[in-house]
Amino acid sequence: MLSIKNLTASINGTPVLKGIDLEIKAGEIHAIMGPNGSGKSTLGKVLVGHPAYEVTGGEVLYEGRNLFDMAADERARAGLFMGFQHPIEVPGVSNAAFLRLAYNKKAEAEGRDELDPLEFDDFIHEKIKLVAMKEEFLDRSLNEGFSGGEKKRNEILQMAVLEPKLAILDELDSGLDIDALRVLGDAVNKLQRPDRALLIITHFPRILETIQPQFVHVLSGGRILKSAGKELAIELEDRGYDWVLEEAAAGGAR
Amino acid sequence: MSSTLNVVTSQEYKYGFVTDIEADSVAPGLNEDVIRFISAKKGEPDWLLAFRLKAYRHWLTMTEPEWAKVEYPKPDFQKIVYYSAPKPKKPQYASMDEVDPELRRTFEKLGVPIHEQEALAGVAVDVVFDSVSVTTTYREKLAAVGIIFCSFSEAVKSHPDLVKQYLGSVVPSSDNFYAALNSAVFTDGSFVFIPKGVACPMDLSTYFRINNKESGQFERTLIVAEEGASVSYLEGCTAPQFDTNQLHAAVVELVALDRASIKYSTVQNWYAGDKNGVGGIFNFVTKRGLCKGKASHISWTQVETGSAITWKYPSCVLLGDDSIGEFYSVALTNHKQQADTGTKMVHIGRNTKSTIISKGISAGDSSNSYRGLVKVQPKAEGARNFSQCDSMLIGQSCSASTFPYIEVQNRSARVEHEATTSKIGEEQLLYFQQRGIPAEEAISMIINGFCKDVFRELPMEFAVEATKLLSLKLEGSVG
Repeated sequence: MLSIKNLTASINGTPVLKGIDLEIKAGEIHAIMGPNGSGKSTLGKVLVGHPAYEVTGGEVLYEGRNLFDMAADERARAGLFMGFQHPIEVPGVSNAAFLRLAYNKKAEAEGRDELDPLEFDDFIHEKIKLVAMKEEFLDRSLNEGFSGGEKKRNEILQMAVLEPKLAILDELDSGLDIDALRVLGDAVNKLQRPDRALLIITHFPRILETIQPQFVHVLSGGRILKSAGKELAIELEDRGYDWVLEEAAAGGAR
Repeated sequence: MSSTLNVVTSQEYKYGFVTDIEADSVAPGLNEDVIRFISAKKGEPDWLLAFRLKAYRHWLTMTEPEWAKVEYPKPDFQKIVYYSAPKPKKPQYASMDEVDPELRRTFEKLGVPIHEQEALAGVAVDVVFDSVSVTTTYREKLAAVGIIFCSFSEAVKSHPDLVKQYLGSVVPSSDNFYAALNSAVFTDGSFVFIPKGVACPMDLSTYFRINNKESGQFERTLIVAEEGASVSYLEGCTAPQFDTNQLHAAVVELVALDRASIKYSTVQNWYAGDKNGVGGIFNFVTKRGLCKGKASHISWTQVETGSAITWKYPSCVLLGDDSIGEFYSVALTNHKQQADTGTKMVHIGRNTKSTIISKGISAGDSSNSYRGLVKVQPKAEGARNFSQCDSMLIGQSCSASTFPYIEVQNRSARVEHEATTSKIGEEQLLYFQQRGIPAEEAISMIINGFCKDVFRELPMEFAVEATKLLSLKLEGSVG
């Protein structure tokens, strides 16, 4: 589904990704972990087309297409989704109107029928149950005045509405209490299907107890230092990141 | 029709350059003779000519205001054509069918709902084309309830006492440079009179159009709502594209007596000049409402998207106790446009209230300023004001400024001012795009959200038009 080969990227001329290789197949759940400032959020932003980052080398194929030939909105309509770490607030734009427009853009791109406001109302009321969101949040301005947890809930609601093929979830657990994390984790699991894939970007292994990855990658200094199965997450929980960094440094010296 | 400048010396009038009766324009330039010509052309009574000449003589002593945050080459007042009228076969149209088909096609292109069958439900339209009011629809229906809605010139003829009573009573002819100029040379405009106790059964609408390349437009609008009367009035403006600047200096006066209510909405889309700032309208307008009576209510809503330069402060003088003034504004500037706009709320009566909601949007290389005065005079016991001025920036090279002036001379007054500045940044756009929404639509949605508090004050048709207009104006501004 997603094939990243030797990807390099920079921001304001400073290299931040220094050669990333990653294969994600349908049905898989991958976790990218790493210390703060390692470049793991950057990877997500580059994939969804954040304009501040310049891709300086390498290749990314998404379902066989060159990802960088597609505009950010086109990538989204093609099924690439990002749950943002810090969702922005948009005063005056109702959450429901935003969700419906996003839904209809994707429906249009896929040749499905668009939903009118009444049909969408029925549709969205089913979806909010999945994330246990209160209805009042639909009528409020998009993310405006939402708590950190409510914003994250809204991100997963958007994911449920758009049903992406590949969802990148950036620090989903930040700002969430344990109960909310469980609810959202369960929602993400329910949305996962054999023809879909997930890329979880996280600093803490905690979220991986709910959303269990088959593959865990440690990213630091703009490179993937170690890849393994989900047992790596448990090891990181116990031992932190330093040993991976040291191991990699030793490996580099050898 | 629009480009004819056939100025022929005629023996019919005293003054040398006066045109033949069929002629429709006067030569460029301004002096007392031109003013006498305009007045004679319109068959005005002596008192009105005297009003004009007094204004003109005062204007000669005045200088152009420099305090606004706008830069432009000063207009050459001797190069402006002060009277330019479409050349009708008859002076008055009995029905739309008699209007020049060419003119009608222009209106159709403009989307002006001039045919009654095409008219938006409940909208009566007065169209001022260059200097002359072409037609007023629905007049008879309105007359049945005692409402007068006609061109200003006609009001001078048919209701001279009313015009004399109220003209200049809110904006004196010496008020400011452009108001004085307008008072001297205004050619037409609209007149509305809502008698005691009548709620106007439909929205009234005027459409202004500058068509002649050299002509200035100096229209005059006067709206009077008697005790307990109410009216909603809409104004739309456009001009074709020329690479020279044209001057628009209008004066609008509103008078609300006891418990009367006037709602005045504008969607201004004068030609803004091209991307490099060549051409466009200089929009120097004085709009003021007098809440003369107790518990009277005047509300201004404006959506300013056009003009090269906008200099405009629709204001309320809250004289009557318990009167209410409101100002809701969206001002959008793009490319090289400059706007310095806002309001004045002058609290004189007791327990007067005012609300100011201003939304400025700047894109391109434009400059957008809010300038507002809230003044509470000593006797305005219990006066209250709430102001909110929000600015939004799109791109790197535009600017937004806020100049709030607050003068309070009564201790019991409560004045609140809030201001924010935000930016449609790449993060915001990415968020929308990441949900599959293209950048242009994202901007439109963000802007409409930003302007929601103002748009909901607009009548429905206008709100839809305003929404479309903003999107159109911002097309291509995302980099």
